[in-house]
Amino acid sequence: MKAPISWLKDFVDIDLSISELAHLVTMAGMEVEEIRVIGLPMPETGSTSARVTGLAWDPNKIVAAAITEVMPHPNADRLTLCRLFDGQGERIVLTGAPNLFEYKGKGVLPVPLKVAYAKEGSVIYDGHQEGYVLTTLKRTKIRGVESDSMVCSEKELGISDEHESIMFLEPDVIPGTPLVDILGDAVLDLNLLPSYARCASMLGLAREIAAMTGKKLKLPTLPLTPQNGKAEFASIEITDPNLNPRFVLGLIRDIEIKPSPFKIQHRLKLAGMRPINNIVDATNYTMLEIGEPLHAFDYDVLKKRAGNKPVKIITRSAKDGETLITLDGVERKLDSGTILVCDEAGPLSIAGVMGGMESEVNENTRSVLLEGASWNMIHIRRTTRAQNLPSEASFRFTRGVHPAMAEKGVKRGLELMAAWAGGKIDPLLFDNYPLPPSAAEVEITPQDVKRSLGIDLSIEKIAEYLKQLEFSVKISGNTVKAIAPDHRLDIGEGTTGKADLVEEIARIYGYDNIPETRISDLLPIQRSNLRLVKEERTRDLLVSLGLQEVISYRWTTPEREGRRLPPGSEVDDKPYFRIANPLAYEKAFLRHSVLTSLLDTAERNSRRYPRLAFFEIGPVFLQSEDPSGLPDEQNRLAILLAGQRNLQGWQPADTGTMDFYDLKGILTSLLNGLNLDHAKFNAAKHPTFHPGKCAVITVEGQQIGVVGEIHPKVREAYDWGDTFKYPILAADLDMDLLIKLIPDLTKTADVPAFPAVVEDLALVLDETIPADRAVELIQQTGGKLLSSVRLFDVFRSEQLGAGKVSLAYRLTYQAMDRTLTDNEVSTLRNKIIKRLEYELGAKLRS
Amino acid sequence: MTEPKVLEELEQVKNAALAELENVKDETELLTWRNTYLGKTSAVMKAFSSLGTLVPDQRPLVGQGANRVKTMLEAALTEKTNLLKESAMAHSLASQSLDVTLPGRVIPRGRLHPDTQILRELYRIFGDMGFQVYHSREVESDEYNFQLLNFPVGHPARDMQDTYFIDAPNRGDNPLLMRTHTSPGQIRAMREFSALNPSDPPPVRIIVPGMVYRYEQTDQRHETQFDQLEGLAVGERIRFSDLKGTLTEMARRLFGPNARTRFRASYFPFTEPSAEFDIQCFQCDGKGCGVCGGGWLEIGGSGMVHPNVLRNGGYDPTRYSGFAFGFGVQRIAMLKYGINDIRYFWDNDLRFLEQF
Repeated sequence: MKAPISWLKDFVDIDLSISELAHLVTMAGMEVEEIRVIGLPMPETGSTSARVTGLAWDPNKIVAAAITEVMPHPNADRLTLCRLFDGQGERIVLTGAPNLFEYKGKGVLPVPLKVAYAKEGSVIYDGHQEGYVLTTLKRTKIRGVESDSMVCSEKELGISDEHESIMFLEPDVIPGTPLVDILGDAVLDLNLLPSYARCASMLGLAREIAAMTGKKLKLPTLPLTPQNGKAEFASIEITDPNLNPRFVLGLIRDIEIKPSPFKIQHRLKLAGMRPINNIVDATNYTMLEIGEPLHAFDYDVLKKRAGNKPVKIITRSAKDGETLITLDGVERKLDSGTILVCDEAGPLSIAGVMGGMESEVNENTRSVLLEGASWNMIHIRRTTRAQNLPSEASFRFTRGVHPAMAEKGVKRGLELMAAWAGGKIDPLLFDNYPLPPSAAEVEITPQDVKRSLGIDLSIEKIAEYLKQLEFSVKISGNTVKAIAPDHRLDIGEGTTGKADLVEEIARIYGYDNIPETRISDLLPIQRSNLRLVKEERTRDLLVSLGLQEVISYRWTTPEREGRRLPPGSEVDDKPYFRIANPLAYEKAFLRHSVLTSLLDTAERNSRRYPRLAFFEIGPVFLQSEDPSGLPDEQNRLAILLAGQRNLQGWQPADTGTMDFYDLKGILTSLLNGLNLDHAKFNAAKHPTFHPGKCAVITVEGQQIGVVGEIHPKVREAYDWGDTFKYPILAADLDMDLLIKLIPDLTKTADVPAFPAVVEDLALVLDETIPADRAVELIQQTGGKLLSSVRLFDVFRSEQLGAGKVSLAYRLTYQAMDRTLTDNEVSTLRNKIIKRLEYELGAKLRS
Repeated sequence: MTEPKVLEELEQVKNAALAELENVKDETELLTWRNTYLGKTSAVMKAFSSLGTLVPDQRPLVGQGANRVKTMLEAALTEKTNLLKESAMAHSLASQSLDVTLPGRVIPRGRLHPDTQILRELYRIFGDMGFQVYHSREVESDEYNFQLLNFPVGHPARDMQDTYFIDAPNRGDNPLLMRTHTSPGQIRAMREFSALNPSDPPPVRIIVPGMVYRYEQTDQRHETQFDQLEGLAVGERIRFSDLKGTLTEMARRLFGPNARTRFRASYFPFTEPSAEFDIQCFQCDGKGCGVCGGGWLEIGGSGMVHPNVLRNGGYDPTRYSGFAFGFGVQRIAMLKYGINDIRYFWDNDLRFLEQF
């Protein structure tokens, strides 16, 4: 909402500077986003974070002037020369303003035209450039005629966007008066939050300022007529009071449509509204002044529609598919959520949102039927959204306007119409008020305030604060009984009402004045969050193993994720959770796979980096059986590795290409670091992975995930950097399961006190036997005395023969309570060899 | 008694040996010298072996004299050996100096995402104040994201949080959606804790981190997906002043002991009173600069938990009170690390991530 400070001053004395005022209002919950200066000196920004815009008018250079004669330009039809008096002397000023043409060549004007005159050297906005660009006026010569600087349009002065016509001032201004003394102002542009509906008017905002500064609010007095009652010029039928709790009609006859007074038009412009005519302006002015949106009907049109019958207004829900041409000329298709104002001939306007074209006030209107009503804010919000028709009226109605305002609005509107358009106000209103809201009545004590805010306030102070906001207040004993005023709907009952009052008290007291304390309440029982501890430990281990953590967007598309499955293989037919209103198709589906997020990340980085090593821990979104319909947000851990093992420096380094075993090594170290020592890797098939380079990982009998080299066909589906020819290694693990398996506590073995015996054992085996199998047998047979088995060599040769492989193991024998004898070790060794020969057909290599 | 002749000869040998030792240059020459003057055939050793041939009264005299010479020569040898070693070491050190400006061997290093780093810092700060991490889901129902938080169906406050809805049929007024804030975690946590002892629910002090989603166009400062940190304290003596103290403590831990906070009246349906909280700009100490504008950085929302929300969580608002707050984690990270574009976070460009 745009609030000119001069207008606020109608209702409250303000002796703060512009920036102090902006700060005060902001701190009380009505954020000032912009201070637009109209001619006044630019304020210090101070502690306000509002943008300061606008233009200061030099009082010596920008002044009121009187045009006494408008003469044609000798060489240009579209230009005129104005003889003008600026308080000091006569000037000749050149202008192309079309609103002077009607005076051209008429000789000396009987009544001089008062205008804003900017002398040479003035800084104003350039009226002929897009946006607001400052310019300094110089003496000019156009088509051979010199001009003493210029008369200004509203745009040039920063008042409105009007840049064709020059601005006229009120006829009684004295030439030479600095313009800033006549029109200088500042406009606060406020971002009003939904609960601050009561502040969406000059009066509402002034009320808050008065309360915070301790000034008295100057309430406008309403006229004695019309009286509330049942007038005869029309009747009102409300079909559903929940949609329309109140409807008030007033009538004014014999008006004359013309422009509103200068000051009114000027105020409307500063508040961001376009002046139309005195009747429409009166409705808008009332809305801006006291907060009640009004609607003016051409009464004669309604009478004509009613034929011989009396005019009857009916409010009801629209029928699905019903149409109405609104005053912007658009035919609107309506649904049953829309509330309509109708007569017996059909719809007249969309309640609270926009009027209809047919009954609109126009230049021939002689009588105006004025509507002030109260509407269900939820329906107005729905209609505003459905019709995409945000307006000043719907802004207020969607936040809730108290039904009491309907009557006040109609009275004030009629008063303004009579003042600006003449005419006679019918002495009675027609008021249909089936559903008056009950005024919230709340009891509050100083203890309540202390309990919530932590401050001590006397009961008198509490009462005073509330009174300043126009609550009716009664102190009885230790309690303040407060009744909410009839301009606000945001105060609840009971504990909610108490909380609402506490907020009001805190705002007036000032949030800044509330102390900062440390929580003195009981410390809750502290519980370890083992899930988090284990997840963070996993992250730390992976980072220590050289991997970069990444975090991806949760959205994807089935096409993008589908790339992880090569054509011809199985497809991911699990349904996706789909965004109903995505910004783009690319952001419409919640991912099924974290691995694909990593593939996408790798794809993008492959142009620049010869080594990629990432991991991500995060959720995927899968359908679940849960009756809530919410997805199963399973946490996954994905790892991706590709490219050079090490980065080449100036010294030799292992820049070989990373392969399956690099990733397996990382996984083994990770699982080892998580105290999961007995992970098994078994060859497996998975469509995403190379059929010969893929394994499932089993821990404690449970499959935790899959690891392997990405299938070449899958690799092809991505757009890798030209030089990025490396195989992609990846793992995809169930993080939730992993966390479940990680033990909470672990045991540590003693450091042996006796020497170990270390021996190497080289075996020749059939290639088809997994290496794991040999280790398993060695361990089983070696039992407790065999403390470790480490494979240190694998080779194949012609001498070994086709299909044979040599595996060399280093065995460490160790007892905790003695030094092992040669005899013990050789007995054990022979047992191991026999077992390997018997079970695997292994031969000892000599 | 005259000196035996052999002693005189030994004295001459000694002088010659010492003179010769001066000129020894390396270990080979030293070995030759040693063989010559201390070897089996050397004059000194011979003097020992010839003791038997001497008259008895001369034996001690010659023995002692030979011993003295031998000791002197051995001492000179040790000294020379050390000298030669040192000079050899000095020589070798001089020849081994490196260009220390050449780069070191590259060891690929892993890194945590900056978001994880800042979250961990926040966990520590709030952990020290007794707030524990509570996780809550990302896809929510309208009921938990809005209704139970005091946003009735059709309430204008919903316009403050542009929402991504999920396609899900027949849900009426309770559609599925991407949570727009971490606040549903308030309800889930309170319900979980109050269920432990419904007639006397335990106090709550938690932070809820996690991704939230807003339906808006992205730019340098706006993302559709961002991390939020929610805080909730519920107990029998929780006050607005405690909220101010807690968030000021956080500001000091994040931005230094002189950090100041500011609370502005605001509106959120689930708190009453409600406040926006700002932290005084640490770049300009509140004077106003390009980072902050008017000297204050807008951080997040906060307030006293609305009675309806307490009730929906199983806490009787006449007995319990609570405060809650929420802010964008990226906002903090951007301020701390001087990050200019929020869209860097989930874009996973290594050129960004490698800086942390």
